[in-house]
Amino acid sequence: MSGTHAHALHYHGHSPIHRAAPQVKLLALLGYVTAVVATPPLAFWAFSLHALILLTVLALSGVPARFFLSRLAIDIPFVLFALLLPFVGVAPRADLGPFSVSIAGLIGAWNLLAKATLGAGASVLLAATTEVPDLLGGLVRLRVPRVLVAIAAFMVRYLEVIAGELRRTRTAMTARGLDLSWLAQARPLAASAGALFVRSYERGERVHQAMLARGYQGEMPAVSRRPVSGGRWIIGLAPALAAAVVMVSARIAL
Amino acid sequence: MTSLHIRGLRFAFPDGTRVLDGVDLDVTDGERVALLGPNGAGKTTLLLHLIGVLRASEGSIKVGDLELDDENLREIRRRVGLVFQDPDDQLFMSTVAADVAFGPANFGVEGPELERVVEMALQAVGESDLADRAPHHLSGGERRKVSIATVLAVRSELLVLDEPTSNLDPAGRRELVQLLAGLEATQLIVTHDLPFALELCPRAMIMNRGRIVADGATISLLADRALMHRNRLELPYGFDPANIAAPSQNRKS
Repeated sequence: MSGTHAHALHYHGHSPIHRAAPQVKLLALLGYVTAVVATPPLAFWAFSLHALILLTVLALSGVPARFFLSRLAIDIPFVLFALLLPFVGVAPRADLGPFSVSIAGLIGAWNLLAKATLGAGASVLLAATTEVPDLLGGLVRLRVPRVLVAIAAFMVRYLEVIAGELRRTRTAMTARGLDLSWLAQARPLAASAGALFVRSYERGERVHQAMLARGYQGEMPAVSRRPVSGGRWIIGLAPALAAAVVMVSARIAL
Repeated sequence: MTSLHIRGLRFAFPDGTRVLDGVDLDVTDGERVALLGPNGAGKTTLLLHLIGVLRASEGSIKVGDLELDDENLREIRRRVGLVFQDPDDQLFMSTVAADVAFGPANFGVEGPELERVVEMALQAVGESDLADRAPHHLSGGERRKVSIATVLAVRSELLVLDEPTSNLDPAGRRELVQLLAGLEATQLIVTHDLPFALELCPRAMIMNRGRIVADGATISLLADRALMHRNRLELPYGFDPANIAAPSQNRKS
């Protein structure tokens, strides 16, 4: 596939991770994230092993660390929230330099920070190595209800169309003298959201007509299913299985 | 190829606005006909009737030997390929190939046969390379051609095109002329682009206020100044239909 239609999160490549079947990668992500979330927060060694698993897959994928880290910025709101927890948590409290922090809050912060970062990292890695249509196809093959996949597909398809309409509205406003500094643009832009909603709704109606015209009867057509061999499933799910082993050992050890 | 017969079609919107006021229209097998008329004449509304998305309060539509009713709706939608004015409405899947496959898959084509049909349709419009691209990353001309491929893929016998030259640059427009001229199917083309109508369609109809008000050779309709003026139709500056040879019915590119 050419890189011309890639989305912003995708990193073009031909690594074994890129080539793995999307349904295997989706299930591996789900398994890995579940294992990370179920790991007791105080088993610090378990989290370093989880991180090691993630970094191994990252190395195999050939996605550059810079690219990976810049996409991981989506994690920042969680980090900020986590940093707040020690200061607002309940007693008992301990002194940490000039601050008095809640011990429960501190553990909560670590828990949130570690799990959110590992989960976001794994998701970023999936997005970096899988094209959107393949992801959607993978969801279908995992028997996710087709109407849900269709909704996700339409969102991806029309996000740019609607963002384009918003951009043109902004340009038209600028052209007629609107000062685009932050607070000044908030009001007219918010007002244009209503118009944008109506336009998107009308577009939805026309798209529905276009679907009816081509024989749509309430169900998205099936896509061909290329089966994945048992061996490939096991290799593909190895990171998730490793994370599960780490999680179970951590639960037993504590 | 198939024919189209419309008799006494009437339709009003729920608020009472009458849009179709007794439309009578015939297109014969293999013909290419232009449907002209000012904005608000009811052209797009008429097109939505051809695929049964809107249903008339009175009148009948026949595609070939088949009357449009609840029972035949599915077969009618297979026979009639409607290409919408805005390709962003027509192309709704995440890749071009998936979009072209949408129609045939709905009509029960699957597996390797589906892949073959998709490839043939894209080949017919000369855009096989676009199969894996996302529709929103295509140029205007490419989107238009892929839109046409989506209806060719269901082997539509009657192609209905709504403003196919809108938003095309002159080169894209010329390629579209060549593409449409080379297709076998019966064609009904709604357009404001009068030179385009003259180039492609030997016959034209003018629609105004919900009725067909004129029907004849495109060249003589365009040359009738009084008729054109009455129906808010205007030729581009400097364009004189008298200087142009009338197109023949079965011209191929």
